Amino acid sequence: MRSSMKELVGIMVFVALVACVPLVTESGVLLNFVMMALYATLLAQAWNILGGFGGQFSFGHALFFGTGAYIQAIVQLQGGLNAWTALGLAVVGSAGVGVFVGALSFRYGLKGSYFALVTLAFAEVFRILALSVPFTGAGVGLMLPLQESFANMQFGSRKGYIYVVLGFVAAALLVTWWLKNSRFGAYLQAVRDNEDAARAIGVSPFGVKLGAIALSAGFMGAGGAFYVQVFQYIDPSIAYGAHTSVEALVAAIVGGLGTLWGPVLGAVVLHVLADITRNLFGELPGINMVIYGVVLVAIVMFMPRGIGGLRATVQSVWRGLRQKNGGRRG
Amino acid sequence: MFDFSILFPSLLNGLTTGAVYALIALGLTLIYGVLHIINFAHGAALMVALYAVYMLKQHFGIDPYMALPLVVPGMFVLGYVLQRVIINRASHGKDENILLVTLGLSIILENAALLFFKSDTRTIDTAYTLTTVAIGPAMIALPKLVAFAGALAVSGLLLWVVGKTDLGRAIRAVAKEKHGAKLMGIDVDHVYAMSFGIGLACLGAAACFLLPAYYVNPQVGNGFVLVAFTVVVLGGMGSFGGALLGGLLIGVVESLGGLYLGESLGQIGIFVIFIAVLLFRPQGLFGAKA
Repeated sequence: MRSSMKELVGIMVFVALVACVPLVTESGVLLNFVMMALYATLLAQAWNILGGFGGQFSFGHALFFGTGAYIQAIVQLQGGLNAWTALGLAVVGSAGVGVFVGALSFRYGLKGSYFALVTLAFAEVFRILALSVPFTGAGVGLMLPLQESFANMQFGSRKGYIYVVLGFVAAALLVTWWLKNSRFGAYLQAVRDNEDAARAIGVSPFGVKLGAIALSAGFMGAGGAFYVQVFQYIDPSIAYGAHTSVEALVAAIVGGLGTLWGPVLGAVVLHVLADITRNLFGELPGINMVIYGVVLVAIVMFMPRGIGGLRATVQSVWRGLRQKNGGRRG
Repeated sequence: MFDFSILFPSLLNGLTTGAVYALIALGLTLIYGVLHIINFAHGAALMVALYAVYMLKQHFGIDPYMALPLVVPGMFVLGYVLQRVIINRASHGKDENILLVTLGLSIILENAALLFFKSDTRTIDTAYTLTTVAIGPAMIALPKLVAFAGALAVSGLLLWVVGKTDLGRAIRAVAKEKHGAKLMGIDVDHVYAMSFGIGLACLGAAACFLLPAYYVNPQVGNGFVLVAFTVVVLGGMGSFGGALLGGLLIGVVESLGGLYLGESLGQIGIFVIFIAVLLFRPQGLFGAKA
């Protein structure tokens, strides 16, 4: 079997296994854990599309998260449309903001630190705007009334939410798989590795990066919309605050950039870590983020390819050793 | 609307704030100019310095201005060690890694402060906190005037160090041509760490000048970090004169923006400038390199 087919089967098995969890357990703690881990996975996968495959490190992905969240809330509250329509609009709207920011930044060739800075600044501008204009509820935020029903995408238990977010995670996995195996994905990785060389062989870096930021922003917006459905509340600092940007990028980097399973692994590992610290230290403010920061620094320092890259590193060392031994024998 | 008696105090206020922005930005631009990295932990380091000044005042009764000889060397050592022990080692020669490591450091510092000091906003009381001085039709708080003079003095000192001393020559040599500098017998890693240390020492000075008229909380650095980036980008990355002028300019823009658009929306003026400069003139107003 080709390795790409193996990966596809892997995705199907993963989704099927997670889909079974709500069928076999009633434990609220476990269901909540699965839901939050999937949600963190979605954010990490969204960041990975642009950061991992496109090599464009955004420090302001909260921009797309917040936009999705606000569209989801406003469309329902003021537009009177149902939650599923709102979700579609949230994804499209966030992707649109992504294209806007991307078109501006990539048009002028912003790369590396400059791109990170400009995304950060855009998130901050949106935060201040959300604080200042009336239709976002300003500093008070927006509250979604509690009305459990399928049309409102509000469920009595975590199970319903798990299926919604699992749907998005599955879609993000498929998109990532497609990036690994398609022409577009190859272009994107070529641009990441050497933009000039990619241009020389006829790839348009601008168009390719624009496509990547649209996909990335769309999934991030879905994450924001999902957040609003679960917690039924959004305000400017939750929507556009730095912690969402950080959570997404740390999970992707810890797991392994530009890989299929890295963001899943990273999100789950960080989530387990956060739960353990919560049990050890209680609800101390800031302790979670301290650990995220330490893990980020440690990973960059000692495992630049992430946890997912550990196997590849070990394998290559092992192969190297074997070759050396083989060479000696021959 | 353009009444001079309103405009003038606002302008003056902007200039005094701008001088402190310039000082913070000078540290950032020095680090960028030499190490070619963007120090995302700059705001968090400022926050650490502000807490140091605060603790010295609350626990040992040391006046913020008297704390200068303690806080400035303290921040220098912190910067030197951070660069030498963590940032340099984690970089593996890639800029993205430095970006991520300094981001990680800022997360750690900010949230450690949250852990130890809670999210309370703290201020200190000094005999001169509420003293004001009349300049023409304007009344300016004395600490702000001191901050203005102090920030300019420290900036001048920094320019002298970089321009006239042996260390400054080494710093400029490394900034220009790292391999050449190495061949001339300059210890590049040491110069890197010195630059980072001096950059953070600027923050120590800024913190001493700021606190009498300002406050500290774990997030306080965030407000300054984007402003400092704006100043640095506006002045041209790595340009000292640009950072000085940029700082004053941004201070005035913020002050006037606040006057005409209100406190929170006034902040947008800064970010709009930031994004516009990044997009249309990334080399900055005074930067040479295109």
